[in-house]
Amino acid sequence: MNEMEKMIGAKALMVAMEKEGVKEVFGLPGGANLPMYDEFARCNIRHILTRHEQSAAHMADGFGRVSRKPGVCFATSGPGATNILTGIATAQADSSPMVAVTGQVPVAMIGRDAFQESDIIGMANPVVKYAFQPRTAAEVPEVVRKGFFIAETGRPGPVLIDIPKDVQQNESEMIFPDEFRIRGYHPWADPDIANVERAIDMLVHSEKPIILAGGGTIISSAFAELQAIAETLMLPVVTTFKGKGAFPENHPLSLGPIGMHGHAEANKMMSEADCVLAIGTRFSDRSVGTFEAFEKGLKIIHMDVDPAEIGKNQTAQIAVVGDVRASLRIMVKLLLQKSIKKSEESPWIKHVKETKAYWRENLKLHPGELGAAKILRKLRDLLPKESIVTTEVGQHQMWASLFYDVIQPGTFFSSTGLGTMGWGFPASIGAKVARPDVPVVDIAGDGSFSMTENSLATAVLEDIPVIVLILNNSTLGMVAQWQRTFYDRRMIGVDQGHCPDYVKLAESYGAQGIRAQSMDELDKAIKTALSSDVATVIDVPIDPEEDVLPFVAPGTSLSDMILPS
Amino acid sequence: MWAILSILVENKPGILFKVTHLFRSRNFNIDSISVGVTDNPEYSKMTITTIGDDKQIEQIVKQLDKMIDTVKVEHLDKHKTVYRELSLFKIKLRNANDSMEINKMANAYGAKVHDVKKDSIMVELTATPDQIAAFEELAKPFGILDVARTGVAALQRSGE
Repeated sequence: MNEMEKMIGAKALMVAMEKEGVKEVFGLPGGANLPMYDEFARCNIRHILTRHEQSAAHMADGFGRVSRKPGVCFATSGPGATNILTGIATAQADSSPMVAVTGQVPVAMIGRDAFQESDIIGMANPVVKYAFQPRTAAEVPEVVRKGFFIAETGRPGPVLIDIPKDVQQNESEMIFPDEFRIRGYHPWADPDIANVERAIDMLVHSEKPIILAGGGTIISSAFAELQAIAETLMLPVVTTFKGKGAFPENHPLSLGPIGMHGHAEANKMMSEADCVLAIGTRFSDRSVGTFEAFEKGLKIIHMDVDPAEIGKNQTAQIAVVGDVRASLRIMVKLLLQKSIKKSEESPWIKHVKETKAYWRENLKLHPGELGAAKILRKLRDLLPKESIVTTEVGQHQMWASLFYDVIQPGTFFSSTGLGTMGWGFPASIGAKVARPDVPVVDIAGDGSFSMTENSLATAVLEDIPVIVLILNNSTLGMVAQWQRTFYDRRMIGVDQGHCPDYVKLAESYGAQGIRAQSMDELDKAIKTALSSDVATVIDVPIDPEEDVLPFVAPGTSLSDMILPS
Repeated sequence: MWAILSILVENKPGILFKVTHLFRSRNFNIDSISVGVTDNPEYSKMTITTIGDDKQIEQIVKQLDKMIDTVKVEHLDKHKTVYRELSLFKIKLRNANDSMEINKMANAYGAKVHDVKKDSIMVELTATPDQIAAFEELAKPFGILDVARTGVAALQRSGE
């Protein structure tokens, strides 16, 4: 039986969220969401105050990716709501579960260009999985229930709940439904076993098969299944950037991410493969280069929970629609039943291993003491393997992809689809809230960190001790690299002028700031940060001329890598 | 390929916006659209005609299907479907002979004639878009003053 109780809409929102297991909300109050904020005084949900609504959305996103439960952010109407749009679009592009709750002007004022009114439903529609605007208080409990369900099931994504102020204030008999129906929503399909059988057959009879693991592998936690299949069929594993760390990167069969800044060995082997088992990936242009060149001579087996991804960017010979973990489980079972196991090293695997060894040894790295590779390998050496890493967006992000090996699957997160600068730091705060027991590090660049650096206030005041490692070239480095490469070194709009001083900036917020100008100092700084109970910013000055290489130029194929000269 | 899509949606405000927005954001074109509530007032049916190759049509069907507000999305086979569009033509009349000619044309197409004035006549034609286009070609020499079309409505034949 559903209980019935009389309460206001704002209270119903909080009660419904408690029923969903929400413990924390990231947000910023304003006129149109005051009734919801007033309810924090009477519920067990912690409010984490941010200095900008965009950061609140990124924190909820980071929380959602790590906990695999929707992170929640609150914003007021008008500018509060438009400020979270970038955060919502980021979550949508990376299929991250999130529930964003915005205040709205009262129902009778909607459409009258009221103070702080914005048509956030209309604006957000293209970048949400779904958006609700309850028009009566009584609708609130079911809207919340449906909103959380939609956000976290199937292919996860952000849900917006826009609540007019009078709907928050009005009292009603509330029913909190256990059951509900959404007629047009079918998040699960049962994987077609016959297609999984055909996939095995195709993989076994290919000369140069490979696995391409995408972000869906991480979202569905299909780590054990992926590893079992790779080891049973002796398949080398490349990932997309979003799929980085779906497979332990210290595993002999791991080749790392492919793509624009993929590992040389990964791009080479992907280009040579004749059959790919692609798991939970949309074949983004950043991952595969030109679509035509990628699929040439390649048989594609595509597993995805979203049927609309099949055939969108690449034509699959075999498609398995369904949760990829369920699909991979069927594959593992069938391999066992049929006692299929490859033990000998095929010429392909031998070639893969030689190629990997060659590039691990011969990829030219920056000669300086504080080259990106050395910094990130030092970080890897000092971090416990269960540590969570987020990144900002830019050169440091791609260096992280190249040189920071993820050992425990599902511990690396980045804004890979939308490429939102300023994502990594607030996302690391959300990640730390979800997993307070492990170190959380944001690998940052100075340009990207600048965009949301005021989240230091949240980290300090809310006692969320994350570590920010800034690879500081005082430049919008990735743009500068493109200007060096494609615009004849005309450097326009990229110089950050050594401003601000990040150590002083951190200290001014009450955080710890450490500058590391040598490998020794970096070693000490990371150890100090790991043993501190306050947020720490480590500022590492690096060479502004260091490029991210290899580099697959846009509009070319994975076999056309630009390599260090 | 010219395709007819039949889309059953929740009869709620804002859904037409979402469906048309999807076409825009995914780079597809809407050739015609008609919307009406069904016998069950909880649903509306949209009939959208669009042009694209097989792969594009498959993709737009999947994207529409993925929308939470769409309950059923069908790509109708036009050989197994009755599809019609209503069109109104206001045509110029120069003399009594024109009026007779247009009446004959209308008869041949099964169209109805309305609002006969001294210098204009209105014709209502319910037919397939191809037939409407053919009628339009025949009417052009007289001088078409105005046209209004509803977009296609379509239902699959029973048992097919």
